[in-house]
Amino acid sequence: MGRKLLLNKAHVEGILTYEVYRREGGYRSVEKALKTMSPDQVTEEVKKSGLRGRGGAGFPAGMKWSFLAKPEGVPRYLVCNADESEPGTFKDRYLMEFIPHLLIEGLIVSSYALGSNRTYIYIRGEYAWIVDILEQAIAEANQNGWLGKNILGSGFDCQVYVQRGAGAYICGEETALLESLEGKRGNPRIKPPFPAVKGLWDCPTVVNNVETLAAVVPIINDGGEEYAKIGIGKSTGTKLISACGNINKPGVYEIDMTISVEEFLYSDEYCGGIANGKRLKACIPGGSSVPILPANLLLKTAKGETRMMTYESLADGGFATGSMMGSGGFIVLDEDQCVVRNTLTLARFYRHESCGQCSPCREGTGWMEKILKNIEYGKGKKSDIDLLWDIQRKIEGNTICPLGDAAAWPVAAAIRHFRDEFEWHVDNPVESQHRNFGLAHYADPLPVPVTA
Amino acid sequence: MAEEKKLFKVTIDNITIEVEPGTSILNAARMIGGDVAPPAMCYYSKLKGSGGKCRTCLVEVAAGSTADPRPMPKLVASCRTNVMDGMVVKNITSERVIDARNGVVEFLLINHPLDCPICDQAGECHLQDLSYEHGKEGTRYEFGRRTFHKHDLGPYIQLHMTRCILCYRCVFTADQLTNKRVHGVLDRGDHSEIATYIEKSLDNDFIGNVIDVCPVGALTDKTFRFKNRVWFLKPVDAHRDCPKCKGHVTLWYRGDEVFRVTARKDQWGEVEDWICNECRFEKKKTSDWVIDGPTNVNRHSVISQGQYLGLKMPTEVMPEVMGGRQPRLLMDIHSVSEVNRKDIDLSKIEGPAHSTDFEKPRPNGQQAIDNNQ
Ligand SMILES: Cc1cc2nc3c(=O)[nH]c(=O)nc-3n(C[C@H](O)[C@H](O)[C@H](O)COP(=O)(O)O)c2cc1C
Ligand code: SF4
Ligand code: SF4
Ligand code: FES
Repeated sequence: MGRKLLLNKAHVEGILTYEVYRREGGYRSVEKALKTMSPDQVTEEVKKSGLRGRGGAGFPAGMKWSFLAKPEGVPRYLVCNADESEPGTFKDRYLMEFIPHLLIEGLIVSSYALGSNRTYIYIRGEYAWIVDILEQAIAEANQNGWLGKNILGSGFDCQVYVQRGAGAYICGEETALLESLEGKRGNPRIKPPFPAVKGLWDCPTVVNNVETLAAVVPIINDGGEEYAKIGIGKSTGTKLISACGNINKPGVYEIDMTISVEEFLYSDEYCGGIANGKRLKACIPGGSSVPILPANLLLKTAKGETRMMTYESLADGGFATGSMMGSGGFIVLDEDQCVVRNTLTLARFYRHESCGQCSPCREGTGWMEKILKNIEYGKGKKSDIDLLWDIQRKIEGNTICPLGDAAAWPVAAAIRHFRDEFEWHVDNPVESQHRNFGLAHYADPLPVPVTA
Repeated sequence: MAEEKKLFKVTIDNITIEVEPGTSILNAARMIGGDVAPPAMCYYSKLKGSGGKCRTCLVEVAAGSTADPRPMPKLVASCRTNVMDGMVVKNITSERVIDARNGVVEFLLINHPLDCPICDQAGECHLQDLSYEHGKEGTRYEFGRRTFHKHDLGPYIQLHMTRCILCYRCVFTADQLTNKRVHGVLDRGDHSEIATYIEKSLDNDFIGNVIDVCPVGALTDKTFRFKNRVWFLKPVDAHRDCPKCKGHVTLWYRGDEVFRVTARKDQWGEVEDWICNECRFEKKKTSDWVIDGPTNVNRHSVISQGQYLGLKMPTEVMPEVMGGRQPRLLMDIHSVSEVNRKDIDLSKIEGPAHSTDFEKPRPNGQQAIDNNQ
């Protein structure tokens, strides 16, 4: 069994309530931090832990915290990103739903480190019932002196507020989130300035993912060095993975980053293998934005090494033969799934969720969707595949925020690895309407380059 | 010794210039002028917060600064990126930039109705200019173009949402110039639209300026709608004592009738001084104004086809960019065109120019056939 730091207590009876959470050792990290550590010492522990942002980009959290500008007399803010709207990602929901006090505890310690007296949780609108769970937890924390004025006599004041979004994926992008939090239209801001200098209401701000902030609790309890001992290389600690698709046991799993993709996918402790005795065709290992991989590149890297569930290993080979850890949404496709259809579904999503500020993303996403629809419905041309490639290429890197890239990458990866499936759709417009291309050669072992 | 202000040295397309710290790459390039200045469809120097959206002004930064000469990995929006000392920028000398810009222009056009023949903006439309320079003759887009429900914005301003490129300039204008903004962008993505939400309400004072800032024909002057093509009008600078604005305008004449009033624009097509609604919509008699003389028409312009007096030609930077070589002229339009005759000076013709004004005397006394009759 891998180590669990976040969800180990998630299924203790009554853990939703303050009493049980506290009895199980909850809020110890707040006591430790506020009574025995300075804010900078807390940041130092987080740096030592090697914790990387769990929201998608994987930026080292401690480093982000140390970039926060601290001008005299200007308030600073911590904002928790609970917008979680990426298709395939539902780990934050699990954490907040089952063990909300863990997040609140992490928020208090992190707020102390950053000097945020007002901390916000921006939560996706569709998670309406979780708002109630969080507000209940916040109220309990207030009643028991963990929030409010002069917490534990330390002189530190902190209050946590929950703000609901109104149903837009783009509001998960940190600067769009801040705009929305300020009550404006959720358009991403043009950077620089970065939130660390000018964030919420133009004040220095840190935006972190739910899981990132929850992980601060074990880091402070056990020390950053202990945390860093778990995992491989720069992938330290544990990671929540939400697994879905054609697997026997979809759900949220906490892994310590030492296991292989194969073990995660096939062992009974985690996904339990492909459902209904089917074979694996492809996988999107880190949420809908990251490149899709065919079975043969998922389990082994191009160099023939075992692919591990770590940031580095999932990205091994770059975009040519690798993918990304992303936000940890592990989407599995079996041999009956159509990659063209899957790509169309994703393209529709990004077209619908683009904020529309910049031309390449606003116009390009819709164009890609229309072409993919033609191909999927047997009306495509061979030249459409090259056109798609050209469109995604002209979006990527040329937009204000990474949503443009996120829309381009899945299309690029699908064409890169599954071009023959696209061509088959074009060449067999009738057959493709009632049959899928199937597994084809996508699971065949790849020749491993011989190294001298 | 007085302390000298340190200037930043920046090289754009092999031309080096010194600028004040805090200058954007775009503005530095504009100081050089000519083709080195990237096209800008959303940035507007007089509107705070504008820019960054259309992505036509993307440039390559080949060296960040003298202190950190690493290149920037992505192309950057020159309108929202400031120069650093020793920065090296490539605009038209970068293949990547040209490629990306062509892509942006294509994106801007796929859903554009291309209804220039019935669009009042034709002739002074920045999207026309941009497409002329960077567009392809054909389209790769094979789908229906986007349409919208019509919104009535009131008596002054006509909205054609299908032509909008979502530059947000009109939103900034309403925010920064009028006492209350009552329009904005509704919805998101490719279905976002400019709207008032409450119909017929765009009538705050100074709101007329949205017509001038709109780079395309999405917001046009209702009091001028379908009255004339701009290139048949003669622009004349004029002023009046106005209690609300500076009263510096351009009057657009046909014969001795004022067809419309606009703010005066600089060589980048930007308004010089904002004008109030009264000057723009109510003062359409010559007697309302003191005439200053013909407008300098430059750059963005078929209007300059009329070769008005005082025409200012854009700076020619091509030879410098090309390292001293001269560009090759493929065709001199004046030598082959039946209608563009160099020797005819439009400002000397009474009233609007007519095809008959350009006719060459026919050899055997034959009458030209005038299709308009
Ligand atoms: C389109 C888009 C959507 C995003 N959605 C989320 C989200 O739902 N949750 C999240 O934590 N980060 C999301 N991010 C990443 C955030 O911008 C930001 O990087 C993150 O909140 C930083 O937290 P971390 O450093 O703890 O990962 C999104 C980014 C983009 C571009
Ligand atoms: S990339 Fe897309 S979502 Fe991001 S700012 Fe541009 S239009 Fe909006
Ligand atoms: S209406 Fe004109 S000014 Fe307003 S956003 Fe559209 S193109 Fe820009
Ligand atoms: S002018 Fe710079 S992005 Fe539009």
